[in-house]
Amino acid sequence: MKDSNIVIQTSGLQKVYTMGTTEVKALAGVDFTVTDGEMVAIMGASGSGKSTLMNILGCLDYPTSGEYYLDGLRVDKMSKSDLAVVRNQKIGFIFQGFNLLARTSALENVELPMLYDRSGKKQNTKQKAIESLKRVGLGERIDHEPSELSGGQQQRVAIARALVTDPALLLADEPTGNLDSRTTIEVMALFQELNDAGMTVLIVTHENDVAEFAKRIVELRDGRIIRDEPVVDRHDAKLALKKFVDQQSVLV
Amino acid sequence: MKPTTLIKIAGKSITKNKMRSLLTMLGIIIGVGAVIVMVAIGLGAQQQIQQQINQLGTNLIVITPGSSNQGGVSRGAGTFNRLKIEDWEKLQREGQLLSGVSPVIITRTQAVGGSGNWRTTINGVATSYPLIRDWNMASGVFFDQSDIRGIKKVAVLGATVAENLFQGQDAVGQTIRLRNVPFQIIGVLEKKGQTADGADQDDVVLAPYTTVQNRLSGWTFIAQILASTGSPADIPAAQEEIRLIMRESHKIAQYDEDDFTIRNQTDLADAAQGTTEVMTLLLAAIAGISLLVGGIGIMNIMLVSVTERTREIGIRMAIGARGGDVLTQFLVESIVMSLIGGAIGVFIGFSGAKAVAHFTGWNTAISPTTVMVALVFSACVGIFFGFYPARKAAALNPIEALRYE
Ligand SMILES: Nc1ncnc2c1ncn2[C@@H]1O[C@H](COP(=O)(O)OP(=O)(O)O)[C@@H](O)[C@H]1O
Ligand SMILES: [Mg+2]
Repeated sequence: MKDSNIVIQTSGLQKVYTMGTTEVKALAGVDFTVTDGEMVAIMGASGSGKSTLMNILGCLDYPTSGEYYLDGLRVDKMSKSDLAVVRNQKIGFIFQGFNLLARTSALENVELPMLYDRSGKKQNTKQKAIESLKRVGLGERIDHEPSELSGGQQQRVAIARALVTDPALLLADEPTGNLDSRTTIEVMALFQELNDAGMTVLIVTHENDVAEFAKRIVELRDGRIIRDEPVVDRHDAKLALKKFVDQQSVLV
Repeated sequence: MKPTTLIKIAGKSITKNKMRSLLTMLGIIIGVGAVIVMVAIGLGAQQQIQQQINQLGTNLIVITPGSSNQGGVSRGAGTFNRLKIEDWEKLQREGQLLSGVSPVIITRTQAVGGSGNWRTTINGVATSYPLIRDWNMASGVFFDQSDIRGIKKVAVLGATVAENLFQGQDAVGQTIRLRNVPFQIIGVLEKKGQTADGADQDDVVLAPYTTVQNRLSGWTFIAQILASTGSPADIPAAQEEIRLIMRESHKIAQYDEDDFTIRNQTDLADAAQGTTEVMTLLLAAIAGISLLVGGIGIMNIMLVSVTERTREIGIRMAIGARGGDVLTQFLVESIVMSLIGGAIGVFIGFSGAKAVAHFTGWNTAISPTTVMVALVFSACVGIFFGFYPARKAAALNPIEALRYE
């Protein structure tokens, strides 16, 4: 029933938060499909349900109702520990706050997902971690702890950690929210590069500039999709970066 | 996850936060250390008593007033059926198997003489006392039958009293005053050392029992009658003989209980051994409680660190750690810490026992069993007190854990 190239398919996805007697409907029926190789920006005002959707798509939380197929696998009714395996194998999650382990080197942070890998693929974890770090442009500084790295470098480590298990899907919830504009463009360039190499990428953002680096924009309002369209004039982050650097040098 | 991976993760987590780990382990370190030191003291005391028992002559018999059935090893307190001089005289006359019999009248007073005064025990005894106790003279002579009959004011000093009153000088020929009565010192006893109970046997002044009864004011009574046999083999028969003579002397009806207690050296030693066993148990119990407190300390810090490390748990879960992985990680952490703490505790216990032995002169003994028990116990403490915080950590929801600031 699933096309082999569909990565995400949800139908009627709802999420209701109950706090005492008040109920908040964070998601009010989301039907959403993402195919292999897409790069989707999820937009919307604060409180529109972006993070809620991302958490469910990232198998960090359960929907209240509705169905969710990930890579052909129904995950909305899975047990907690099965979900943990799905997170480990199929998903790379990138957070706004990086969420690296403190007092742990970049290398060890990237190695971490492989420690929880039960599939037996975890040989040469160190080598794989180094490769992953190289892929995001962090060949050096791999022995540094997060506190010794810049925000952009920390986010690169987090992306390397997300990539290291070869997931089907990269999910990033406001990955550039804590970064300055230049680093934002650099990180988006990295996402574009990964997407060009075939990785499916979903990025939550509320900035239009950031969203325009994606191939498709989905907008949420009050837990519903109100817009879903391809990006007509997709920005190339590498070019944007060059432009940005030139501008800076003019200003200086 | 492979056990080695788990231990690696736990090890990293422990070394990453050394202060927290040290605080966590402190309770176990102190607990295990205390168990080992305390049990070492208890066992050491037991060993020492065993040695003293082996040194003692085994043919000494002690008769004390009061039935032995009244609360075990009664010292006769509260019973008014005392021992009398007549009892001793009768034993002296009729005891076939006894090589010597002596009453012991005990009173405590200040001994004044030589360079000062010294509070000590006065024992009024008969001439056979040195023979019964197998106690030789260091200098001078023991009093004889004529001193007893003549109620002579003569005294023989124990080594401790002689040292304290006449430091180094020869006490023989000097005078001491006991309750204002002058006594002539005619001899000093050889040093005998401590009893199994730790009492100094040389802190004593011996005088004729007649003199103690008649010349020293104040209340005196016969605390015990000592007897000895020619050979240890005679002891059971001698005890029976004494019993019959004493019953006759006290006019006890056929089916009534004895109103006195006869014990030999082995009984006394057993009682002392029992006491130290109880003491060892008590010490172990106190130390066990400190181990328990140490365990609760581990639990507290683990609980605090679950809260403190909620984000870390969230991160681990987000990248694929299952609840079970987190549970195992925390459990392994607390067990590893307990074991390391236990090992350090063993080391400290060894040093502590050595230090105690060095500074107090007590005998201490460490048995491998104690070390094993302490280590196993600390591992159990780790599992037991690590489990609750670990379960708490494992039950966390990844999103909530990640959102935790
Ligand atoms: N854990 C929660 N408990 C209760 N309400 C929540 C919780 N998380 C989010 N919400 C509510 O759900 C709605 C959507 O939140 P969220 O998905 O975080 O929005 P966004 O990421 O788009 O800003 C908001 O109204 C928010 O207050
Ligand atoms: Mg959000």
